[in-house]
Amino acid sequence: MNVGVSLLAVIALILIPWIGVSALGLDSFFGIVIPYLAFFVFFIGLIYRIVQWARVPQPFKIPSVCGQEKSLPWIKYSRLESPANTWEVVLRMFFEVVFFRSLFRNLRADLQGRRLIYGSAKWLWFGAILFHWGFFIVLIRHLRLFLYHVPSILNYIDYVDSFFQIGFPPIYITDLMILGGLLFLLLRRLVDAKVSYISHASDYFPLFLILGIVISGILMRHVYKVDVYGVKELAIGLATLHPAMPKDAHIGTIFFVHLFLVCTLAAYFPFSKLVHMVGVFFSPTRNLPNDNRMRRYVNPWDYPVKYHTFCEWQEHFKEQLQQAGFELDEEWCKGQNVAKENKAA
Amino acid sequence: MALPKPDELLQDVNLHKAPEKHWMDIKPEFKRGTYCYAVEPQVMEDLGLPHMGQWQPHDEKWPLPPDWKERTLNALRDRLNRFRSFKLFMDICVRCGACADKCHFFLGSGDPKNMPVLRGELVRSVIKGEFSPLGKLFGRLAGARELTEDIIKEWFYYFYQCTECRRCSVFCPYGIDTAEITIVMREVLHELGIAIDWAMKPVRFCHIVGNHIGIQPHTLKEIIEYLVMDIEEITGVKIEVPINKKGAEVLFVPPSGDYFADPGIYNFMGYLILFHHIGLDYTISTYASESGNFGFFNKLELAKKLHAKIYEEARRLKVKWILGGECGHMWRVWHQYHNTWYGPVDFLEVPKSPITGTVFENAKDNKIVHICEFTADLIAHNKLKLDPSRNDHVVVTFHDSCNPSRAMGILEEPRFILKNVCNNFVEMPENTIREKTFCCGSGSGLNADEYMEMRMRGGFPRANAVEYVRKKYGVNHLACICAIDRAVFPALMDYWVPGVDVCGVHELVGNAIVLDGEKERTMDLRYRPLKGKEGKEGEGV
Ligand code: HEM
Ligand code: SF4
Ligand code: SF4
Repeated sequence: MNVGVSLLAVIALILIPWIGVSALGLDSFFGIVIPYLAFFVFFIGLIYRIVQWARVPQPFKIPSVCGQEKSLPWIKYSRLESPANTWEVVLRMFFEVVFFRSLFRNLRADLQGRRLIYGSAKWLWFGAILFHWGFFIVLIRHLRLFLYHVPSILNYIDYVDSFFQIGFPPIYITDLMILGGLLFLLLRRLVDAKVSYISHASDYFPLFLILGIVISGILMRHVYKVDVYGVKELAIGLATLHPAMPKDAHIGTIFFVHLFLVCTLAAYFPFSKLVHMVGVFFSPTRNLPNDNRMRRYVNPWDYPVKYHTFCEWQEHFKEQLQQAGFELDEEWCKGQNVAKENKAA
Repeated sequence: MALPKPDELLQDVNLHKAPEKHWMDIKPEFKRGTYCYAVEPQVMEDLGLPHMGQWQPHDEKWPLPPDWKERTLNALRDRLNRFRSFKLFMDICVRCGACADKCHFFLGSGDPKNMPVLRGELVRSVIKGEFSPLGKLFGRLAGARELTEDIIKEWFYYFYQCTECRRCSVFCPYGIDTAEITIVMREVLHELGIAIDWAMKPVRFCHIVGNHIGIQPHTLKEIIEYLVMDIEEITGVKIEVPINKKGAEVLFVPPSGDYFADPGIYNFMGYLILFHHIGLDYTISTYASESGNFGFFNKLELAKKLHAKIYEEARRLKVKWILGGECGHMWRVWHQYHNTWYGPVDFLEVPKSPITGTVFENAKDNKIVHICEFTADLIAHNKLKLDPSRNDHVVVTFHDSCNPSRAMGILEEPRFILKNVCNNFVEMPENTIREKTFCCGSGSGLNADEYMEMRMRGGFPRANAVEYVRKKYGVNHLACICAIDRAVFPALMDYWVPGVDVCGVHELVGNAIVLDGEKERTMDLRYRPLKGKEGKEGEGV
């Protein structure tokens, strides 16, 4: 049901611009109004989320330590897994964000009779890397649509990306990466009993949505060749805040489908699990150093808690203490009444 | 219900099959052995905490306070505004499932709600369903639901089926730490007056008496005297143990499990032998006689309340720095929380080993040192006279306790010590040690007898790894640096891997240390004959 609903939702999202453009001729609504609206929602939403996280204090320094601590000088400590300073934390975060290092640790547990066996399980990591890196590079490649003079770095990326020179126009490697990654992630969600059990419709939806974007994109390039110059004119117009529908260009309905899905993704992004992209940077188990005993961490809302003071305790156990031959510490309790008020610990 | 036999316990566990029903439609079943008893009202009264009177989790209807829903939602809102960790973890899980089969409770029970991701969803769904307009609109499609009384029961069941071990957080691509969620959710339940007896009684004892077990000052002194007598009998050397001594250099705070029960006491004897051997100027306190902290398993505020004593005592006794014993959750609290709660600790000095001169730079601000750091430094400087052959009757493997490994990273020190005091040390399989170590299954205040089935299930992955090295190398000792481990592993080993004894690292240190003026050692600290000295153990007595 979750799968069906998400798939239907994406199909509906494809039909909306299709009908809107080809039957109702709402070109500029889908070409100009919707994109502005979507990106407005995207930016405001994202800023809202970031402010929300930043506003909430992190009370304690709680890194998940995954390696040897920095302790005695002759014991080699793990800079990445038990970072002891900010620089090492930056390194740890870098590996998390760019290479999904924690995901790389993944194992698979199997119960065979009374034995637990752990196997390596890097497929999830591999699929995730294919998808995310594919997505990232495709996004960068798209910049050429928004720039009059395409910087050589973009041309270079294009060149490398179409290195295999299969077909014309040549197939991009990143298209295959993102497609392969997505299909794997989707398949895994459907087939793996555990993952399927934990999935909501809102877990399938982004997968179908992005799949829709990728497929419509590939179709535009290889099947229903759209007027790229027209698209570029529209894109530059949007980017320079002088939006206009290109004259005498036949952009093709498929482009509007592609654009509408992208807009949906952008508007959906801040309010869904996709914010993990920004959230990961805030994760206190990863972005804090394991230096608790070296450098104090302050909790902004820390408050004093009443405890059983020595003097109260001594009063309580006076007899037992004397019986056992311990000296009572009256002097401390004299001074303590004053001190207690000062430092209500 | 009696505990099933080891071969039967896992029959119903299938890690690759999910139930037919949606998890939101499955209610928890309070089967004996899988939940802990509710707290006695008096315990809560004594601490000024809310409670629900007399009730038990298996009761059909719980006596929730009339405003339970409002209270719960307010408690959640409050935590979302005070814990970025909690808020973020509620927001960014992608349900990739990388954490799913990393939890020992899932591996031992096959219950999908013991997958860390679903444990989190139990709350995430309510936060979406109650606080988010989109969640309200899309309901189950977005994984959202409304709060009901059954959900409170469900929370109780599953947040007391998480030992706050943090193994899941190691594997999560965003570091989502279900332990943090559990800590917060136990606090939320506390606000309704819901708590478990086993985790709360020690809090009351520790608050009033000074340690979890409720051992009073004179009794503590007697216990230590007994242990000193045992040491004299075994080694021929009489040891002085300073208690409540003003002006000592070091305040030593052990977990009470180490002077209370077998096999912790042997570890305690090991500490005492070590301190005597190096002539450390230290003291033990009867006021701050607990390094562990069961408050941490209930409410952070309670945790802070209990350990404030240690710092007052350090001031009163005018010590220079604090040395902590072998205990797991204790070191999570000491390492990750103390400095924030009690700092700046400017009334103590930067810890410096009086024997080797080593300055513990890693503890320079907080002024507390782990005894394994301290001992490893002594051994590295050749300050201990050791005879590792006295542990030749021992084939030992090392269990990394959850918190020292994943909240602190003390991995090498205990291994270094073990390799120096024993000749037969072997490692368990790589995926079950160090940062990937498995919980004992009874941590975070869940070491109750009535919880035995769940303990055996949760401890299964650890026990299974021990079984592996027992078969392969003949391991007969499981060493650890945690008092809860020492309390619960004996039952776990008896159940899954009979024939494996449980010990602390310093027990083995105590066996190996050659004291000045000692007699010929024929027995270890447990009065067991040393290898090659069988039949001689009675002679010296
Ligand atoms: C800093 C940037 C990002 C990081 C570090 C990151 C990391 C991850 C990781 C580790 C996973 C879990 C593995 C998986 O399920 O594939 C994941 C899942 C996912 N990410 Fe990202 N991500 C980032 C940005 C993005 C962006 C920009 C998008 C697209 C809009 C995206 C979409 C997704 C989706 C849809 C999934 C779920 C895949 C599934 O359903 O299995 N991520 N991300
Ligand atoms: S590993 Fe992290 S992101 Fe993935 S399902 Fe578990 S908690 Fe969620
Ligand atoms: S913290 Fe440990 S017990 Fe709790 S969900 Fe994670 S792996 Fe399981």
